[in-house]
Amino acid sequence: MSQPVVTCPECAAEIELAPDTEQNEIIICPDCGVDLEVVSLDPPAVELAPMEDEDWGE
Amino acid sequence: MLKTTIIGGSGYTGGELLRLLLFHPEIEIVQVTSRRKLGEYVYQTHPNLRGLTKLKFTAPDDLHPVDILFLALPHGAAQKRIAEYAAAAKIIVDLSADFRLKDAAAYEKWYGKPHAAPDWLGKFTYGLAELHRAELQSAQYISGVGCNATAVNLALLPLLQADLLDTARPVIAEVKVGSSEGGAEPNPGAHHAERSHIARTYAAYGHRHTAEVIQESGLADVTLTMTSVDMVRGALATVHGWVRPGVALKDLWKAYRAAAAANPFLRVVKERRGVYRVPEPKILAGSNYADLGFDLDPESGHVVSICAIDNLMKGAAGSAVQALNLALGFEETLGLEFPGLHPI
Repeated sequence: MSQPVVTCPECAAEIELAPDTEQNEIIICPDCGVDLEVVSLDPPAVELAPMEDEDWGE
Repeated sequence: MLKTTIIGGSGYTGGELLRLLLFHPEIEIVQVTSRRKLGEYVYQTHPNLRGLTKLKFTAPDDLHPVDILFLALPHGAAQKRIAEYAAAAKIIVDLSADFRLKDAAAYEKWYGKPHAAPDWLGKFTYGLAELHRAELQSAQYISGVGCNATAVNLALLPLLQADLLDTARPVIAEVKVGSSEGGAEPNPGAHHAERSHIARTYAAYGHRHTAEVIQESGLADVTLTMTSVDMVRGALATVHGWVRPGVALKDLWKAYRAAAAANPFLRVVKERRGVYRVPEPKILAGSNYADLGFDLDPESGHVVSICAIDNLMKGAAGSAVQALNLALGFEETLGLEFPGLHPI
């Protein structure tokens, strides 16, 4: 059985959820690197999670 | 093993060719020429090759028959002897600017003198695999690429292939370059006291590589502005343009992702964490990768596309070997797998 797939709201990457993914887990988009919160498992859905601005040294 | 000669092997691109080809599993270097360094071991000029080869520089007038000739001569030299070179090898890869442009009139406009062998211009395939992969697979004569032109052409590639760019508006590329672009011959501006710590815009417009961008992109209104910065290797193109109405950031993601998926040496760098969030030439030294980044002002449609390369690799010797791999039917990445260094 194929794994559930979600679409990154930032970059539209198709992301396959791992079998042990839990609701409200924070995952990272492998393409654009944003934090995503798994807001639902059935149906699978993610939303952008707040990301802390880091000092980039600039 | 295919036998190859490098004509003019004492410069920086010649040194990079030697470094790459000494480890290429299908190619053997049998001769490296240099009039100025005649009789010296090549490692005495390219010290990173010490212990790796016993080759000495030979006279350029005494060529052995080989399968492949690499020409790493100063611009203007190859075109004067191209018929002679063609008699010495089946395949020629010329790293100079002599056979990059298809149009003799364009050559004269940008290089300031008539081409010495205009009939040969149409025989060469422009050696950028990302733009000419299919043609290179049957190419006999391959031109090298301009390093700055390559950074700009690759920055434009995803936008043009996905037809996202408003081509009626101007495209302006600001290119920062390292000192190795100036070649191995010293000049007053390269003196350490004058070259170190600089940010010197040495060509606001009119740089010769603009001709390659116009030819390869098909854009009519494109400007390259060149700035020397304090690094040895590397070119960073920051290209400004405007997208067509309605194009959103997700469209750019799709286009850049597709470009990276179709080309083994293109990578998308647009990160939210870490130090290297955008393309930087620093970590590409010695590698054949071209890192691409982008951003979009959704209100104005102003798009910024970024490409970082090692000018001596993707911008010269690396692209040449990649193109040759295609012409010979080898894996495109053969001998070019080095990923660069970090930290460096």
